[in-house]
Amino acid sequence: MSSIFPDRLWQHTQNIPEQAAIHFLESGEDDLPISYQDLYLKASDFAQALRQGGIKPGEVVVLIINYRADLLYAFWGAILQGAIPSILPFLTEKLNPDRYLADLTSLIGVTRPSAIITYEDFRPIIKQAIQEGSSVRSVLYLEEIPRGENKLHPEYQGFDRAPDDIVLLQHSSGTTGLQKGVALSHQAVFNQIDALSEAIRLDLSRDVVVSWLPLYHDMGLIAGFILPILSGIPLVLMSPFDWVRAPHRLLQAVSDYQGTLSWLPNFAYNFCARKIRERHLEGTDLSSWRAVINCSEPVRWESHQAFYQKFSEYGLDKNALQTSYAMAENTFGVTQSDLDREPPIQCVDQDTFLEKGLIIPAKQDQPSLVMMSSGKTLSNTQIRVQDADGTLLPDNTIGEIALQSNCMLTEYFNREDATRESLQNGWFLTGDFGYLSEGEIYVTGRKKDLIIVGGKNIYPGDLEELLYEVPGVHPGRAVVFGLFNEKMGTEDVVVIAESDLENPQDRQDLADRIRAHITQNSPVSLRHVLVTGAGWIIKTSSGKTSRSANKERYLTEIGSP
Amino acid sequence: MTNEIRSALAEFIAAEILNQPGRTINDEDKLISSGLIDSLSLVDIALFVEEQFDVIIDDTELNADTFDTLAELEAIIHSRQS
Repeated sequence: MSSIFPDRLWQHTQNIPEQAAIHFLESGEDDLPISYQDLYLKASDFAQALRQGGIKPGEVVVLIINYRADLLYAFWGAILQGAIPSILPFLTEKLNPDRYLADLTSLIGVTRPSAIITYEDFRPIIKQAIQEGSSVRSVLYLEEIPRGENKLHPEYQGFDRAPDDIVLLQHSSGTTGLQKGVALSHQAVFNQIDALSEAIRLDLSRDVVVSWLPLYHDMGLIAGFILPILSGIPLVLMSPFDWVRAPHRLLQAVSDYQGTLSWLPNFAYNFCARKIRERHLEGTDLSSWRAVINCSEPVRWESHQAFYQKFSEYGLDKNALQTSYAMAENTFGVTQSDLDREPPIQCVDQDTFLEKGLIIPAKQDQPSLVMMSSGKTLSNTQIRVQDADGTLLPDNTIGEIALQSNCMLTEYFNREDATRESLQNGWFLTGDFGYLSEGEIYVTGRKKDLIIVGGKNIYPGDLEELLYEVPGVHPGRAVVFGLFNEKMGTEDVVVIAESDLENPQDRQDLADRIRAHITQNSPVSLRHVLVTGAGWIIKTSSGKTSRSANKERYLTEIGSP
Repeated sequence: MTNEIRSALAEFIAAEILNQPGRTINDEDKLISSGLIDSLSLVDIALFVEEQFDVIIDDTELNADTFDTLAELEAIIHSRQS
């Protein structure tokens, strides 16, 4: 088996040239089938343009492109040229362009890309982001790239890459700014795909992946883009922008294309169950869907139940609802539930869980928690649960999850400090808490304060820094935390800010300014903003703001969502 | 009639989307381009309008170009009812 991307793509253009690699679905447009031959030829336009722009193999190419077919071509074009593509989130209407520019400038400083591919409209932003002495030598504007001038041939520099060379960079989208870029080699991605394919028993003769996930995130990029294309199975792809406005399109696509596999973050189960109208489901047949894999947020049994109740009458198989634990640093999947049965559930005693970090069965008439398994480790990955000193913990004891595999990141790109911190004796420290029970991993939380909103990782400290930029909010007098919203199946972001304003209208105006500022400068919107008088926020004896104590107080006084 | 539509919309947005029942939303306040209504809540607006006013807002219309204020949304509802 070849183990670099260009070889595999080329093989598909030879063996299955006419087969659709991707069916690209766009609201209001006809479905666009893209065959392997089309994909290769259109990617060749970008490979050629990069070559003419003097971009050499091993150099980073940043893609700032809307969720359209060009993004897919540009990605593979960079790979054919042997360059390292990195897809960045696109500037959305709500985001403050100044913030986007600041983030982009800092990313360029760390990642040191040689080229950027984007639209003409972005010229002013790009000009500002590229400062003197910048690494960027070439900016390719989509409107100027010659199209359709290349023949089908494998004469690109990407074919000379070695399996251990870096093939792509993934920038996890943080709260503010683009954080560490995870660098993955060709070999690591192939190892991940082999192990994941084994776990989900990928069937090359009938599997069809259906996805709406963003491509700058590991779940969308690996499971919802690279896995099907390299494996030679059809991918039905739509943008998150379209899906969030018409969630039924996912189910319709499964029905229309006999989709078999999808990956979704937990909130999407609730979102689909609550927001899809019956009239949009007429004639929908979900019986082909053999695995709908819950991943990238804490997995909730209740969300699976809601999803099943809503869609069972359309042929959804209960065993199709599955789970996985994954992260970009392991390319994607770490564990996968057994597709032959529903993921195991444990009903555990809440007090022992919270106070001692131990798992014991729920007691009658005592508060309990329902935990759903994220499955067993992939065959190429090992995990261990350890305490703060690195000592291995027994089963049913909560600790930090560490992992080792043959598909780990090469490094955090140009971030030796971060790489050193996370990789210890060949183990990657995930920062996630969880426990093992009968060979299955149950993920329970995060080491650092982290809010996961619809699959996006948000650090409350970053949002607090943003709050202090709002006139009328004072450092140390605001707090941010996450609150699980049962209805939504994900966390809500709560902001509490103390103010000297007395008038209710003035307080509402401040709350509005807070909402607007967070919305325009971060990937999230706020669902709860409380502007209070002085003295509300609880501090520790050392004067630090305690997020958990303030969350308790909020729940007691204001109530849960 | 017009005021009823706007106040029903305002009440729904304040209570269900912003979790601030009783807050005022002015007719000309920007709702979508300002990010006041986040993308995950857009479909709630369409569902509410369909249930309350029997008017269908297509998913391709859930953007600031089609409506960005209560007044603009009210105008769409009004034109489709008659």
